[in-house]
Amino acid sequence: MIYRETGQFKTNYKADNSIFPILQDRIAIIFYLFVAFIVIPAFGSDFFINSMMIPFLIFALAAIGLNILTGFTGQISLGTGAFMGVGAYSCYKLVTIFPDTNVIFLIVISGFFSAAIGMVFGLPSLRIKGFYLVVTTLAAQFFLEWCFIRIEWLYNYNTSGAIEVPRREVFNVIVTGPEAAAVTQYLVVLSIVVAMTWIASNLIHGRIGRSWMMIRDMDIAAELMGVRPLYAKLSAFAVSSFYAGVAGAMMVFMWLGAAEVESFDVNHSFLILFMVIIGGLGSIKGSFLGAAFIWMLPVVLRAFPKALGLDVPVATVEHVNFMIIGGLIIFFLIIEPNGLARIWALLKQKLRVWPFPY
Amino acid sequence: MFKKVTTGAVALAIVSTLQIAPVSAQETLYVPLLTYRTGPFAGGGIPIANGSADYYAMLNERDGGIGGLKIVTEECETSYNSQKGVECYEATKGNGALVYNPYSTGITLQLIPKAPVDEIPVLSMGYGLSAVAVGEKFPWTFNYPASYWDQMSSIISFIDTQDGGIKGKKVGFIYLDVGYGKEPIPLLESLSESMGFEVVKFPVAGKEMQTQSSHWLNVRKENPDWMIMWGWGAMNPTAIKEAAKIKYPMDHFIGNWWSGADVDLKPAGEAGKGYRSANMAASGTHFQALQDVIKYVVEPGNSQADPDTVGSVLYNRGLYNSVVVAEAIRTAQEIAGHANITGAEMRAGLEALDLTAERLAELGLADFTAPIKATCENHGSGGSIFMQQWDGSKWVRTSDLIAPMTDLVRAELEAAADQYVSDKPNWKTQSCN
Repeated sequence: MIYRETGQFKTNYKADNSIFPILQDRIAIIFYLFVAFIVIPAFGSDFFINSMMIPFLIFALAAIGLNILTGFTGQISLGTGAFMGVGAYSCYKLVTIFPDTNVIFLIVISGFFSAAIGMVFGLPSLRIKGFYLVVTTLAAQFFLEWCFIRIEWLYNYNTSGAIEVPRREVFNVIVTGPEAAAVTQYLVVLSIVVAMTWIASNLIHGRIGRSWMMIRDMDIAAELMGVRPLYAKLSAFAVSSFYAGVAGAMMVFMWLGAAEVESFDVNHSFLILFMVIIGGLGSIKGSFLGAAFIWMLPVVLRAFPKALGLDVPVATVEHVNFMIIGGLIIFFLIIEPNGLARIWALLKQKLRVWPFPY
Repeated sequence: MFKKVTTGAVALAIVSTLQIAPVSAQETLYVPLLTYRTGPFAGGGIPIANGSADYYAMLNERDGGIGGLKIVTEECETSYNSQKGVECYEATKGNGALVYNPYSTGITLQLIPKAPVDEIPVLSMGYGLSAVAVGEKFPWTFNYPASYWDQMSSIISFIDTQDGGIKGKKVGFIYLDVGYGKEPIPLLESLSESMGFEVVKFPVAGKEMQTQSSHWLNVRKENPDWMIMWGWGAMNPTAIKEAAKIKYPMDHFIGNWWSGADVDLKPAGEAGKGYRSANMAASGTHFQALQDVIKYVVEPGNSQADPDTVGSVLYNRGLYNSVVVAEAIRTAQEIAGHANITGAEMRAGLEALDLTAERLAELGLADFTAPIKATCENHGSGGSIFMQQWDGSKWVRTSDLIAPMTDLVRAELEAAADQYVSDKPNWKTQSCN
């Protein structure tokens, strides 16, 4: 009843193929965009924008990247953290080599470097799959981490081994560096994430996305039907790494402000893999839900005892936090192994037929 | 039973907030404490956090705060993770924070560019970026008593006084292969040229912290006359055990001040006997200030610390950090002429800090550490350190204060500061004349 589709007729193929065929979904999307672009910048505090929204969007983008590879193409990867690092370090090099170029443009460009590296490490996927592929992507992770420490040129021979974001302006507005306003950075991140989500959605619903899904469901059958695994798998690796690279560049330039190799370690690869698994494999919506669950929930939980006025030692809060998040992950995976996106879909189905389920 | 305990705890919490509430409504001195009581480095983080918090609590109990204002501390858990550290910074900076002590080089690097923008000084005591000692280039950042480079030069001059000098010797440098460990390498290399000794480097990646057999095999192959260690966390006890295994002479193995805590040597025990490390604050509870902390905070049960750890190396270092911050607050209040200071006034206090030997004695900390005198140019002070040696069960101080090679280090620091500032066109510097 709440989610009633009665009376919504589709009279042409275009309407039938649209991504949001139901009116309520279209309204909801416009509502979300309105909240994200207008309400949050207008009313969100610096802490909310800086420590919750910006990292959430960045991790959601990285999760979309990994979802393209793991959820849509079926190639499990543990190298996302390192591919984010490639994006961050190449963006740093680009920004220091071309100081006068628009930094937003350079952030997007750095994705191409990440895509190239991703394709190189995607080559083994043509021969091996499953756990063996996990091991080769893990090798990519460690090899790239080693590069970030050893190749001093990557961080301009800085003695501390860290990359620091210089101040850059776009149209006389400070976009990066410590002086940049949180709202400016948020709007830049949001615009990039929204645009790239739209592109990802179109890729997935088009010919390329279908070939990825065919490879995932049965690669031999896909090959017999004319999908070339070389193109399909490598394009998935390229697109996935591109997304991870842009997310990594934004992580350093729009959020952290400085980064050491520690910011791109294997824990981040796992973190993003968890986001994808919790959110739902093969779902863009799931990437956002997973990122919100893994990143925002702990921040909220940490602030919880203080808001109630309870004087709990911070270390205890941290431990309890770990237990709650861990428990919730197990709980959600038991009740719905296909992730939060699937729970959302079931809920929608319930709302559709409520109050007269058949 | 459980219900009773929970009700009791909730009631206690409500009562305690009621008590705090009227204070925080008035003027207070707000000092956020970035701590790490969880995660891989918690072993070092817990005593530091306890020491810092307990000294402030003692000042509140004994003197009613500083200048008549209570000190309100708020702990925020970073787990030694840069991202969580930035989150903590964002969450606390709006409450009128006076100063940040990040206790992690990674977090310090993130906060250095933010400090001038938010006008909250950063005091990274003996860690972080060495170059911030150059006050003209880094008005908002302080790292006294001594930077890593000061410390390295002190260790080298200590070695120079042993076994007929350092010239022609081979010095091994084993370090955690992150920003922290790599920090002193440029100085070590330039010293090796000027003083005529050879340097062999043994980097230990973060993941290999607890499996150092291969590194120590290389040490045995190279057979250096001295070993210097820049380690932290689980790396330290592992290195000491491995050194004992290859029978490296322990009294020729020197750690920096993050590689010389009780928790590092307890696992090795007797095998670590003779191992030396640099330190900046004495251990033990025989100081009057420590006795006050025990009397006012630990014994009434208001400390999170296990009473046995009070007076340990890292507990006292956390306490020393709070002593310095408290003295800087006092100085800032004198300069500003009022008690309720801001971050900018706190910066002036940190810059004018003059912690003399007499003042230390007044604080009940005679011979606890070397005096500190900061100036506009010098935010690193070039403070002296001393050597301590493990006797199998506890640390014993074995040397007088060893001064760093200030003139040599200063030139290197200025070069590094220039390099840091060079690619930042809008960096705020200050003129000291």
